[in-house]
Parts: sequence; C-alpha cells; structure tokens
Amino acid sequence: MEIPYIVDERPDTGLTNVKLGIWLFLASEVMLFGGLFSAYILLRINAVDGAWPAFATNPLSVPIGAFNTVVLISSSVTMVLSYAALKMDDLSGYKKYMGLTIGLSLLFLVVKSYEYYDKFSHGDIPAASTFLAVYFTMTGLHGLHIIGGVVVNGYFLGPGTAMWYSNKPQFINRIEASGLYWHFVDLVWIFLFPVLYLL
Amino acid sequence: MSEDVQGHIKLYYKIGGALLFLTVVTVGVSYIDFAVPMAIVVALIVATVKGSLVASYFMHLIGEQKGIYAALALTAFFFVVLIFIPLLGHSNTFGERKSFPNSHPPVVGGEAH
Repeated sequence: MEIPYIVDERPDTGLTNVKLGIWLFLASEVMLFGGLFSAYILLRINAVDGAWPAFATNPLSVPIGAFNTVVLISSSVTMVLSYAALKMDDLSGYKKYMGLTIGLSLLFLVVKSYEYYDKFSHGDIPAASTFLAVYFTMTGLHGLHIIGGVVVNGYFLGPGTAMWYSNKPQFINRIEASGLYWHFVDLVWIFLFPVLYLL
Repeated sequence: MSEDVQGHIKLYYKIGGALLFLTVVTVGVSYIDFAVPMAIVVALIVATVKGSLVASYFMHLIGEQKGIYAALALTAFFFVVLIFIPLLGHSNTFGERKSFPNSHPPVVGGEAH
C-alpha cells in the first residue's frame, strides 16, 4: 500500500505528511533538549560558590568550541545548498554539497573526540564535577544526533540517490526533511556553545 | 523556478556570513568583563538572533504553513514552562543556598588545557 501525501500536500493541512512528521519530531526534540537546559539552570543556580567554573576558570577551550561552531554553521550552509541544487535539477551539485556536509559533520566529530580525549586524559571525567557531568551529557546527546545525521545523509548520498531516478519529488522531500533535522542540530549547538563554553 | 532558487542561494550565503560574524561577536563579547547576569543576557540574545536566522531561512519557517506555526507555538509554550520549572522550585527559597548532591567544587581540573 502506498503511503499517502508524501509528495502531494494534504488538503486540510496544506502540508505533506513528510514535512508535518519531521516538524512534530523536531518539536519532541525541543522538549528533550529543553529538559537538559532546564536541568542545567537548576544545577547552576543552586551550585555553591566555586562549584561552577567562571569564564576565566572554565576548563573548556573556547577556540576549539568556536572552531566547531564555524564547522557546524558551514555544514548547515552546504546542506541547504544541496537542497537548492536538487530544486535546480542539478544532481552533481547535490552530491558535491551533500558530500561537503558529511565531511564537515565528521570534522566536527573528530574535534569533539579530541576534546573528550583531552578532558579524560586530564582526569576531567563526568564524575569530577557537576559542570563536567552537564557538559558531557549535553554534548554527548548532541554528538549522537550528529552521528544520526551523518548516517542518514550518508544513505541519501549513497544508495538513497537511486530514488532520484524513480521519484524526483519524493527524493527532494526527503532531502528537505533531512535538512530540517540537520539545521535543528546546528541550532542546538548555537545555544550549547555559549552556555557551556562562554558563561 | 531556477532564477528563484538562484536568488535563494545568494540569500543562504548572506545568512551563513551573518551567522559566522555573530559567532565572532559571541566570542568577542565573552571577553568583555560584564557581570554574570549581563553576560548571560548578551550571550543569549546573540544566540537567539543566530537561532532565528537558521530557523527562518535555512529551515524556511518564513512563509511556512499555519499548521507548523501552531505546532511550534505549542512547543514554545511548553519549552518556556520547562525552562521556568527550576525557578518555580527556587522561588520559596530565594536568598538561601540549597545544597545539591555533588554540587561541591570540582575535585579534579579547573585549569584551562
């Protein structure tokens, strides 16, 4: 049985089920990360003096965090360019920008892994302080989202591209949904970076 | 259609440039010696502007259908409730310190690596 309204818009919502579905999923993601930000506020405002590092004593490296922010913003630009390329019927342009998006995502993960390795090798483990526990929980969950995005985008760059030849509108809708997810992951990092590294 | 998309592509580059510029602003402002509450307000304002640019242009929220706005308005409401829960729990003890498990100063670390 064919799934309805994956290409055509539903008359009552004016949306495809793909777009409505991904936005509802992102709404649940807002609440997931919202819960963690809420926990961050709770733990920070109740921390005794000296328990929460000030900017000058923050154990995290601002240049590395800022570099990763630039990497993730750049990946958002290349992601939206890959979608635009499909809209212009340019499959090779799509492959180029999607490849760049995946490359930048992997670079983000490599840098994050280096940060984790550096922290662990200095004994800065989650059990060492409340701040580090919050840092590893929030960035760890965000990192898992990055890995998920790499897997999905990797599929769409590889075997998933076959749909371009059989059903172009559906393939474009898939990339739009994947892009919405990826921009959300970028958006979360835009808030995580100042909250954990700069404040 | 193609010219329309070309116009969008130019806009995407401009938004990307604005986001990178605002990242520099975020980092630069953090080195100014503000009081902590002011530093938090400034950092969150810049982050909110950046987030709005991503949502409005990259996620195409500008010009989206009403159904999406309705779902997001509901999400925003519950998100705000979620964020204010810690403050509600704190309101009857303002001015007092509550000790949470493991809220002691860090045992290890504290130095920038």
